[in-house]
This record gives sequence, C-alpha cells and structure tokens, in this order.
Amino acid sequence: MTDTEHFVEIKHAQKSFGKLEVLKDISLNVARGQIVAIIGPSGSGKSTLLRAINDLDALTGGEIWLDGVQVNRDLPYRQYEKHINQMRQDIGMVFQHFNLFPHMTARDNVTMAPKLLKGLSKAEADALAEEQLDKVGMLERIDYYPSQLSGGQKQRVAIARALAMKPKLMLFDEATSALDPELVDEVNQVMKKLAEEHMTMIIVTHEMDFAASVCDRVLFMDKGVVVEEGPPSVVFKNPTKDRTREFLRKHLAGAK
Amino acid sequence: MGLDFTVVPEHLDVILLGCLWTIFIAVAAALVSFFGGIIFAVIALYAPWIIRQPFRLIEWVFMGTPLLLQLFLIYFGLVQIGIDLPAFVAGIIGLGLHFAVYNSELIQTAILSVDKGQMEAARTVGLSRGQALRKVVIPQAVRDVIPPIGNNMIALLKDSALVSVIGVSELTLSAQRAIGATYRPFEFYLVAAAFYYVINLCMEWVQRRIERRIAISR
Repeated sequence: MTDTEHFVEIKHAQKSFGKLEVLKDISLNVARGQIVAIIGPSGSGKSTLLRAINDLDALTGGEIWLDGVQVNRDLPYRQYEKHINQMRQDIGMVFQHFNLFPHMTARDNVTMAPKLLKGLSKAEADALAEEQLDKVGMLERIDYYPSQLSGGQKQRVAIARALAMKPKLMLFDEATSALDPELVDEVNQVMKKLAEEHMTMIIVTHEMDFAASVCDRVLFMDKGVVVEEGPPSVVFKNPTKDRTREFLRKHLAGAK
Repeated sequence: MGLDFTVVPEHLDVILLGCLWTIFIAVAAALVSFFGGIIFAVIALYAPWIIRQPFRLIEWVFMGTPLLLQLFLIYFGLVQIGIDLPAFVAGIIGLGLHFAVYNSELIQTAILSVDKGQMEAARTVGLSRGQALRKVVIPQAVRDVIPPIGNNMIALLKDSALVSVIGVSELTLSAQRAIGATYRPFEFYLVAAAFYYVINLCMEWVQRRIERRIAISR
C-alpha cells in the first residue's frame, strides 16, 4: 500500500486566517527519499505550508497524506489528538529558533520523547542519544545544557532530537536563518548527510546555494500559490516565470 | 527591671520543641502550597469551565479573607460537618492552600510566558498537550518563579505563627507558655524572634542553592 511516488501528498491545501487566504489550493507530491526546497518571499505561505504538514497550523481545506495515511483526518477531538500524536512521531521538525528544551541536557533533549512515548529503558535511551548526537557531531557535548552551546550546536542537537523518533519525513523551517553566518555550514553539513542517507525532507530555506546543491526539486511560492516548480537547475538557472526571476534577482543581490 | 536571660535555658526544651513544630508545619505547608499552586494554575488555565468555577471560589475565599478566619473555618467549622482534623493538620491545610493560591498566580503568569516554541517542539515529537505541559512547559515555568515563590515561603513561615490560635504548640505558642510560667515576655519573645530569624536564614540558603543549581538550565 505504500506508494513511493506519493510518499508525501498534499492535496488542494487551503488555509485562511479570517479573510486572509495564506494558502490557495496547493498540491504537491514528494517521493520517498526526495528532497524538496520551498523558497519564496516572507509572507508567501511557505512556513504555513510546512507547518500544515504536521498540523501545527491546521488547514482550512485539503488533505495531507504521509505514507498512505491521512495526517489531517476528520475525527472527533480525542481520537484526533491520539491520531495526530502518533503521526507526529513520524514527522521530524526543525525550527528556526531551535526550540531546544533549556532545562534538559542534550542527552535528555534527545531521549525525553523516545523514553516517554516508546518506553525505552535508560540503557536503550543512552545508546540512542549517543548514536544520534554522534551523527550530528555533538557527542562530546552530550551532557551540556542548551545555554552552554552555540547556535549551530543547538540546531544540531535539535536535529538529533527529531531524528531520535526515527521519522519517515523531516521538515526544516528555515533551520539556518537565525544562525551567525559562520555557523550555517555545520548545520548544512548535517542536512547533507541526511540527504545522502535518503531521508525524505522538505526544507523551507533562504539559502539558494544550499537548496541548489542538495535538493531534487524546488518550489517557488508567492502569495499563497506555487508560482514555479522544478529541478533546481531549471528554477534557479532558467526560471520560466517573471515573478521567480524577480525574486531570485533581488534575493541574490541582497545576499551578495 | 532589666532583661534577664538566665531564665531561658530552663525552658529551652519547650522552645526547641516549638521550633521543630514550626519547621514541620512550615515545610509541610510549603509543599502543599507548591504542588497545590501548580495544580491550581493548570486548572485555571486549561480545565473546562465547569471544573474551573469551584476552584475560582476556593481562590476567592483564600485570597479575599484573613488567614486567621480560614484557620478557624477549617479547624472549628469543619467539625460541624463531621470533619474533625487534628489542629496541626488543619494548620497545614489552611496555610498550604492560602499560599497555594498566591503561588498559583505566579505560576500561571510563568506558564503563559514560556516561549510558544517549547510547546510546539514538544508536540512535534509526538507528546500530547498534557505530556508537553508536564515535561516541558511547567518545569520551565516553575524554574522562572523560584525567587518569588521563595518570598511567599518566607511569608508562610512568619504566618505559621497564626496556627498557635488553634492550639498547635509551635514556636510562638511555646514562647507564650514559657512566659506564662516565668512572667518574662520580653526575653522569650526575643528568643522566639531569634529562632524565626535563624529558620528564615536557612530557608534563604536553601533557596539560593536551588537558584544556583537551575541557573544553567534556563
């Protein structure tokens, strides 16, 4: 029943805040192992779309499917809460501002949810923390608190925390936007590593170079619609739409 | 007639016993007020309307009336409806709930000021709202209010003298008993004051240690 071509499926996603329509009938398929970047000006709805995938922002219309299961199923409140908590275990998310738990060490940040939700023993949890923190190069800092870490280190721990639930899909919401420029690369390296392991990823980003180097597909969004979509070689080098060209020109001028 | 502290050693055993009662009642009431404060705060913020209302009444009673009256109500009043509590238990409940209401106000504000991203991050790894509150939001909120809660606890220690009126032989009542035997009020009240001061110092020391320990994890 799992359809690798339609691993993540967004069907006619629509979202309004009152009269303001932030997502207008967006559809998107992501195959298993594919990496999709979403770019666009602020206010284009790209973060809202990402946050709709794990229902942090509920859609007002349309469907989200992951691996053959509908995420935003229409269920009574209590049943829905159970369903969505289960679904979210399969969807890792990394935030712009890390959102590490400041009262826990890196180890506890990684193991809290697996211990609580999957009933891991202390030994299993420790092994998991070591494995995941090693993967992001943070093993030496396993017993540090977030306040003792740099921004890049915090974000790497946050990635380890998401990976510890063994998600099927990873969402990155401007994961490097809040970082000092010299710290961006260490986070990008971790994301590249995940790409090499064929993790399915949807990445909202402002970093065109990074998007071009790791992504299979790029979506350019503006005003709640997908303006242009295609492989990075096309979207970045030969965009067909004026709006895309204008955005890229402004963005590249701003970045350099 | 000047001060004469030579009468004190003879009655020191009574005073020390009273001191132990004061410490016991203050610590027990502090625990009630701390955990009660958390429970009240969660109810005030998240419980359905129907559950919130009776707690609002409790809150109003404990905030809007004198603690002395509350102690009388719990000790003498409840007997009438068949609940006969030992005086020290009535004292702990009265003091504990009185300060739980104040702690609850502090904790509510602190819960609301925990960054929204914390709840989101906890939910995205699959925690329910209750689990996220318990594991992520409330521990941080409580850390933020340790200093003002500490102030409430010092007020609680001082107000524990009120439970003497329902016959608990704590420090103040013990001092009064010694005075009854010696007619030396100034000396024994001063001795009692000194003991309160020392207990207060100990509480401040504990609070500072807790604050230092959590400083790194905020």
